[in-house]
Amino acid sequence: MSANGHGGMKLTLDIWRQKNASDPGRFVRYQVAANEHMSFLEMLDVLNQDLITKGEEPLAFDSDCREGICGMCGFVINGSPHGPTHGATVCQLHMRFFKDGDSLTLEPWRAKAFPILKDLVVNRAALDRIIQAGGYISTRTGSAPEANSILVPKESSDIAMEAAACIGCGACVAACPNASAHLFTSAKITHLGVLPQGQPERYTRVLDMMNQTTAEGFGHCTLMGECEAVCPGHVSLEVIPRMNADFFKGSLKKRDPKAVAGGA
Amino acid sequence: MSVTTKDAVIASGPSRLSLFWMSTVGKKVLMALSGIILFAYVVAHMLGNMQLYLGIELINGYARLLHLNQGFLWSARIVLLVAVGVHAIAGIELWINKREARPIPYRSKENIQATTASRTMILTGVIIAAFIVYHVLDLTVGVAHAGPYVHLEAAGNLITGFSHPLPVVLYIVAMIALGFHLWHGVYSMFGSLGLSHPRYTVGVKRLAALAATLIALGNISFPVAVLTGLVHG
Repeated sequence: MSANGHGGMKLTLDIWRQKNASDPGRFVRYQVAANEHMSFLEMLDVLNQDLITKGEEPLAFDSDCREGICGMCGFVINGSPHGPTHGATVCQLHMRFFKDGDSLTLEPWRAKAFPILKDLVVNRAALDRIIQAGGYISTRTGSAPEANSILVPKESSDIAMEAAACIGCGACVAACPNASAHLFTSAKITHLGVLPQGQPERYTRVLDMMNQTTAEGFGHCTLMGECEAVCPGHVSLEVIPRMNADFFKGSLKKRDPKAVAGGA
Repeated sequence: MSVTTKDAVIASGPSRLSLFWMSTVGKKVLMALSGIILFAYVVAHMLGNMQLYLGIELINGYARLLHLNQGFLWSARIVLLVAVGVHAIAGIELWINKREARPIPYRSKENIQATTASRTMILTGVIIAAFIVYHVLDLTVGVAHAGPYVHLEAAGNLITGFSHPLPVVLYIVAMIALGFHLWHGVYSMFGSLGLSHPRYTVGVKRLAALAATLIALGNISFPVAVLTGLVHG
């Protein structure tokens, strides 16, 4: 057992420390003792206890549910978003995947559209604005509708559910060599666009959401597939060509605003 | 909002085409469409040149045939020039945009499934663009030709050019770059146009790799044939 009682393994961490958005930021080296039963975030909790005890500023990192479903946590470990195991968020990464003496580099998601707030915490409001631009459907409100009044083909429901596994963590942007948010936006467009309830806004949605994605300063998609490889929701790259097809069709179908105004 | 205000907003707004161009998705669609034209040309160009193996008179006759109708020749040249222009401008703008999209690079970044070809498209693209300029000056205009250049003597010009080491090296390097560019480009143009289905993705990737390899090797065979004496004047 080590001096702080956590024992097991000693790690060297190079962590990006940045006081606030205007601070240029730098890497700082820390030593931490952990054991294989900890989650990665618990290991950082231990580091923070050490820092607080020493009177230093604790490390800021996002987390909420810590069970891999909320999409709040995430940073880059040794060049890999959410860490080396892939297919789960960093809160679901456990220390048994590391060994004593490992050196790890921890960096925030790096994209112009994700400004760093502090240390490993980035502002992902850009993703919210993309949703606001078109991630909705028009629906009848009031009394509960009859359950089978809108029939959904099984294949459509499967595709929609697979796309809806996106938790909006931003790892796709972090992994993409072009800092593209296409996997995120295409997942949202797919999960609404393949269902009958999403048809009325299908083509305006794809134009509005993709134009917002471009306006936020994300890069383009070159179908390398790095996003798909790290996505904790296992969202397939397949959603991007689907979005491209709808964007192309939507651009061709789009009427001039004057023609569809219907009085104003 | 009154009708007049709305009209004013519409009149000052960007056109549908410029909105399409401004979007990263629209640019990729245009890159795919121009890419199809350029890919078709590269295939046709290589197949045409394969006539070198059927006899020197045949390929020289083919060269004269292509120049028979100036209207046809220049229409083809203009289509290709526009395709190259759209492809290159969109590609460069997207590359500049993606550099701005990540102003601070990662200290370390792991590549999990991105191929070397997919990560070097801008590099191979620039090599190909530079080569096209040299290639036209070498074998179409003749000013950059190593050795005596004779207009429309396609086989003779190839043989005199490829008898020098520098044109051979430049040519082979450019064809390797072309192979890498097509390896990823032929696959990803399907996705950019929205023509993708998980059942066919693996097949499309294999087809792209096969097409890229055949085109690179087919083109590299010409200088090799000249150097080994398989084709001689």
